[in-house]
Amino acid sequence: MARTLFAKIWEPHVVRDLGDGWALLHVDRQLLHDLSGPPALGELHRRKLAVRNPELTFAVPDHAISSAPGRNAEPGQLGGRLRGALQSRAAAAGIRFFDLGQRGQGIVHVMGPELGLVLPGLTLICGDSHTCTNGALGALAFGVGNSESAHALATQTLRQRRPKEMRVRFEGALAPGVSAKDLVLHAIAALGAAAGSGHAIEWAGSAIRALSIEGRLTICNLSVEIGAKAGLVAPDETTFDYLRGRLFAPQGDDFERAVVHWRELASDSDARFHRDEAIDATRVAPMVTWGTSPEHAIPIDAAIPAPASQRDPATRRAAEAALEYMGLEPGRRIAGTKIDWVFIGSCTNSRLSDLREAAALVRGRRVAAGVTAWVVPGSEEVKRAGEREGLDEIFRAAGFEWREPGCSLCVGRQGPGARTHLASPAMAAAAALAGELCDVRGL
Amino acid sequence: MLPFTRVTGAAAPLLLPNVDTDVIIRMDRLTGGGDLARCALEPLRFLPDGSPNPRCVLNEPRFAGAPILLAGVNFGCGSSREPAVTALLALGIRCVIAPSFGDIFQANCYRNGMLPIELPQSRVEALAAESRDGEFQVDLAAQRVTTPSGVAVPFAIDALQREALLEGLDEIGLTLKHADEIAAWQERDREARPWVWRIPKPEL
Repeated sequence: MARTLFAKIWEPHVVRDLGDGWALLHVDRQLLHDLSGPPALGELHRRKLAVRNPELTFAVPDHAISSAPGRNAEPGQLGGRLRGALQSRAAAAGIRFFDLGQRGQGIVHVMGPELGLVLPGLTLICGDSHTCTNGALGALAFGVGNSESAHALATQTLRQRRPKEMRVRFEGALAPGVSAKDLVLHAIAALGAAAGSGHAIEWAGSAIRALSIEGRLTICNLSVEIGAKAGLVAPDETTFDYLRGRLFAPQGDDFERAVVHWRELASDSDARFHRDEAIDATRVAPMVTWGTSPEHAIPIDAAIPAPASQRDPATRRAAEAALEYMGLEPGRRIAGTKIDWVFIGSCTNSRLSDLREAAALVRGRRVAAGVTAWVVPGSEEVKRAGEREGLDEIFRAAGFEWREPGCSLCVGRQGPGARTHLASPAMAAAAALAGELCDVRGL
Repeated sequence: MLPFTRVTGAAAPLLLPNVDTDVIIRMDRLTGGGDLARCALEPLRFLPDGSPNPRCVLNEPRFAGAPILLAGVNFGCGSSREPAVTALLALGIRCVIAPSFGDIFQANCYRNGMLPIELPQSRVEALAAESRDGEFQVDLAAQRVTTPSGVAVPFAIDALQREALLEGLDEIGLTLKHADEIAAWQERDREARPWVWRIPKPEL
């Protein structure tokens, strides 16, 4: 029978059928960070339970640590305390820990793929909703809460209900100025922030196959913002080339043997999905959000939609509340909206290709007066690679701050009342230069 | 875990779509050691100056301590933070009824004695229409919500989750009973996918 990529990972990982669509699912890798690791490991400690497979578990501080240039261990700060708690609990359990300033440290969803900790066909969890990022390598990866994290530490399994399956195909070549971020924001706006609820999404089609792994990571990263538990891309030559030689990827014969297995993972051509959507990638424009949900995304050359155009009363009320919060008028063009802070970073868009894309626009230009602009590389590796090719100098010369790797502004640091617009790295860079949202295609 | 059997009381109607876990509890409130109940749904319940928002239904006296929350589509989307569930519990909420939930939030509910009930949007709206008429009852064993006017609305829940909530079962304890099966699975997998288990240990 024809099977999907998802089914080819899920089914062999079932340790025990629990009935009613539930399974005891083996977890091949768990990643811990400074907010999720200490409580989950603390729970095991309290219950006098051992970590079943510490060799399959890796820990890195990213959420609460500072991204300030020249940061240190900050023992007196919250970030420093959580980092210390993660380090000591990981050491006690025999879990490898990647410390500040060390290769491997970075946003957990950036460092995992980069180190080759994530591989096709693996099941992987982490206490963060954007764990779905890792599906870009053809892994089944999803976020969990502390209780499930502790369950997996103690048993190397999770009790899971098999999700339904959805496929979104992007067909055609991207127009100039359009990136992976625009594709996925377009999909969320078109299908809705709850479209993937209860599903695992396979991102497919010629536009996805043409993307680099970094672009696919951006797409899969926002799977949770379309409501899906997981997002996956079928592993292919691009995937194998990306993984070959990574520090923690299989080496030598192990790698070649793995590739034989990985080639079998792609969905069969006649596999069926519970929901199948096709999007014309050639018509996708650079996108930006106007509201408070990622589904509030429109092309940069569009006008802010009127809430009255929403038929569902609850959606209409949410749009009204979002406009009020954002201080925006329906009918007005989104381009030209003033901004005073630009952040290029996050688990969505802090990889080397993202920073290159932004740097290419920024080179030789200046950040607009009154705008604070930050670049936060996703990992120590990205930071070092960026510095080797002089990206830090380009950004600094333009008036950006070049900071230390971590989650930075995404984790509670924007503060209440902040009005945030999501966009691609190029669009964010363009906005920093103009001091307002503007069309990157005009630069 | 806190068992869930039957809950009787007010049902507060908060039918906004896509209420995310940042709205349910802000990240910086998690680490501050503050009062979870005060912080639950804070941006909806309180104005920026800290005073109660008179436009928020949760501030109507009849909904103070309401054990049931009627919510909009995709409730609890966003981050995986489990305190989103414990903050609602601290506010006195034991059951959330919505057309759909963020997957991780829903999973976290089952692990903390919170009952998430999925009903079609029209059903949730019909319940909301009666929310100012008196008390509701949610009976998990009978899988039924009874409205103030006596309408009985059945709901579906997986048998496994129903039993775990009714009994307040400890999942880790249950799974550890299958330790032999897990070990056998791992042994087979080491043969089938040795590369998954032979992880390089580079010095960095």
